[in-house]
Amino acid sequence: MSLFATAKKLKEAGVLGLNQRNGDFILKYNPRRLFPLVDDKLLTKNLCGKVGIAVTELYGVVEIQKQIEEIEQMLSQHRDFVIKPSRGSGGEGIIVVSGKIKDLFRTVNGHLMSLDDIKQHLTRTLSGVYSLGGQPDKALIEYRVQFDPVFEKISYLGVPDVRIIVFLGVPVMAMVRLPTRLSGGKANLHKGAIGVGIDIGSGQTLQAVWRNSVVDEHPDTGNPVEGVAVPGWDKLLDIAARCYDLTGLGYQGVDLVLDKDKGPLLLELNARPGLQIQIANRAGLLPRLRAVEANIAKLKTVSEKVAFAKENFALHRDLPPISSNS
Amino acid sequence: MRQYHLQILCGLLVALGLGFFLYKSQVMHYPLSPDTQTDAWLVEAHSSFRADGRPVKLSLFIPKSTQEYLIMDESFISRGFGLTTQLVDANRQATWSIRRTSGQHGLYYRAVVRRGNIGDMKDKTKIPQIVAPALEGANLEAVNAIIAEVRAESADTDSFVDGLIKKMNESPLDSNLELLLGRRSTSLKKATVGSQILAQAGILSRVLFGILLSDETKNAPILHRLEVRAGSVWRSYDVETGEVGLPENFLPWWRGGGDLIVSSGVDKLKTTVSVVKHQEEALVSTLSGVQVTNPEMFRFSLFSLPLETQSVYRVIMMIPIGAFIVALLRNMVGFKTFGTFMPVLIALAFRETQLFWGVVFFTVLVAVGLVVRFYLDTLKLLLVPRLASVLIVVVLLMAGLSIITHMLGLEPGLSVSLFPMIIMTMTIERMSIMWDEVGSYDSVRQGISSLLVAALIYGVISNKYVAHLIFVFPELLLIVLAMTILLGRYTGYRLLEIKRFGVLGKV
Repeated sequence: MSLFATAKKLKEAGVLGLNQRNGDFILKYNPRRLFPLVDDKLLTKNLCGKVGIAVTELYGVVEIQKQIEEIEQMLSQHRDFVIKPSRGSGGEGIIVVSGKIKDLFRTVNGHLMSLDDIKQHLTRTLSGVYSLGGQPDKALIEYRVQFDPVFEKISYLGVPDVRIIVFLGVPVMAMVRLPTRLSGGKANLHKGAIGVGIDIGSGQTLQAVWRNSVVDEHPDTGNPVEGVAVPGWDKLLDIAARCYDLTGLGYQGVDLVLDKDKGPLLLELNARPGLQIQIANRAGLLPRLRAVEANIAKLKTVSEKVAFAKENFALHRDLPPISSNS
Repeated sequence: MRQYHLQILCGLLVALGLGFFLYKSQVMHYPLSPDTQTDAWLVEAHSSFRADGRPVKLSLFIPKSTQEYLIMDESFISRGFGLTTQLVDANRQATWSIRRTSGQHGLYYRAVVRRGNIGDMKDKTKIPQIVAPALEGANLEAVNAIIAEVRAESADTDSFVDGLIKKMNESPLDSNLELLLGRRSTSLKKATVGSQILAQAGILSRVLFGILLSDETKNAPILHRLEVRAGSVWRSYDVETGEVGLPENFLPWWRGGGDLIVSSGVDKLKTTVSVVKHQEEALVSTLSGVQVTNPEMFRFSLFSLPLETQSVYRVIMMIPIGAFIVALLRNMVGFKTFGTFMPVLIALAFRETQLFWGVVFFTVLVAVGLVVRFYLDTLKLLLVPRLASVLIVVVLLMAGLSIITHMLGLEPGLSVSLFPMIIMTMTIERMSIMWDEVGSYDSVRQGISSLLVAALIYGVISNKYVAHLIFVFPELLLIVLAMTILLGRYTGYRLLEIKRFGVLGKV
């Protein structure tokens, strides 16, 4: 098939390209001044706390070198915890400690770290090694998610997370990202995690995509990934939809994790969510985004927006007509 | 409305750029290619004479720039003579004089004649009055008879002149004309007599003296033509054939009358005019023309800058082209590069190193730099000191490369110093971070794609035609700007995206 024929097919399928995502959505709906709200996880966390969106509990923040000296006391209170840079990207610089052996900290990957190793890591984090653009950063020490067993059979190490694209408060597309051996336990598609689309209507997983191609089972565990129901789906949609009012970013990616005790927790927000989600859902974003643009005037409350999404973006449903004056 | 605004802006930019470009290339005749050659002639008038101690004075007519030809780089060569040039009626005249001299002397007048079809040259000389010729007796009768005869067969000035010239060239000659012209008439005689007859008939005219710009002549004959005032212009006639209009390669020298050179106090005066044609770069010729005819325009061009600055701008003016290519490859093709404009700077360095050595040096620098960077990583250094360390290593590497290649007798190695070291350092840093985050495969791939983009840009900006066009017509960058702005609103798929999302097209 020629490039042009493919391009035409993609256009018909409403596949959103990077240029259009940037030009028609991010530039238009995401004011630059709001970016710090989502680029800094501490800010996001504080914001969520104010409106009662559940987040992973914060044990402490390390902002200056002095605090690193006193870190031992803070860490001694918790058996397991996560250290992450506040302005990190792509999952870099995150240490997940699952337990202690004598004086050593055991990470989920099986490494053992001494207290000095941890301090060294914190120092590097503060100097901006892991942050966007190398600016000085803060380190967050927070609750380690005990993830819901629903994805246990279809993930390898790490924490699977749910990504929902929210446009003007309407959840338009969703997927779950499953860590693999290749991704080193990280839920990052670029590193080889699997993306599995989720039916917005029912919360059931669809076919999976691994490295730009469709797979039926998890490459490491061999279990089928299709047809898994995400527990508390309506709650997830509700949290995602509320994030629009929280940040004001029109087009954002909401990352959530499912904790077996605490339910869905907000992990982070993304002002430039990737487009791979389209492959995971085998559907283009554009028709859904246009449908939201055409109907947003009628949708006032969060519940109306969620209802609109479940009504219109569920599998095998026709999209509502886009009025001509859009 | 926003889209509309953008289109108007781009339309204006293109119109402006294209307008200037077309004006300069079509009207001012700036050459479109650096290889364009044009004709120029070296014209030389040489007078030799003997002097015997009396005061000597020689007045030589010298040519004046016309609409077709520009007289440039004039030089007057004489030993010990005083020189003045002045305008005499419609002519320029150079006068050499000396109080006392003897022996053989030679005087030279030299000038480069270039085609100067540049703009309008206003004829500022005053229109002379008709001077009734001093004719008496038989001559007057003859002239009047000729006038009556020609007038009877003509309707206006044009046909009158035409009829007169025809009559002067009839064989056998009309007896009245034979009286005036003599039995063997020359073109000078015909032109002079023709002018007298026309004056008597109340028509303003003059004799035009000039030479033909041939390929090479040691002794160019002075040609004579008749110029008749018709309305507000002078119309030139060939006195032998009656053809109107100056022949190609005819260089008007002086008008009215008189000899090429007038002298006093000399013997054995001999004057020759020689012409040698040569080829020169059209750009040089156009520029020197513009400098004379349109000094304002010249002043506002890059060519008015000092040569050293010009050569800097020859490079700088190429950067927008590189930036445009990067934008094109990133937003329409989907190439990923380390740093947005890193390939442009690498491509500029390639200009000096040449492509092959450039790629070799780049690869060596980045490869060794990466090894060092990975080693530094084990030391767990903080960001800025780590970057600084890599920079120091890069500088040392560059110096080492230069020394080693120089020892091996590979001269291109010296130009490695032109590599942008900060950019190299950042490339190494980003590449190693990407190596860690996404893996070696993607990192090396992106490195190669950066190099590829740089090579492509090098290919375009090292093209001498592109370089010539941009430097001679900088207004073309307005068009590049318009295209770049339009590219900024391109929301279609990137070429590589079509492949990436290809699976969705099959649904």
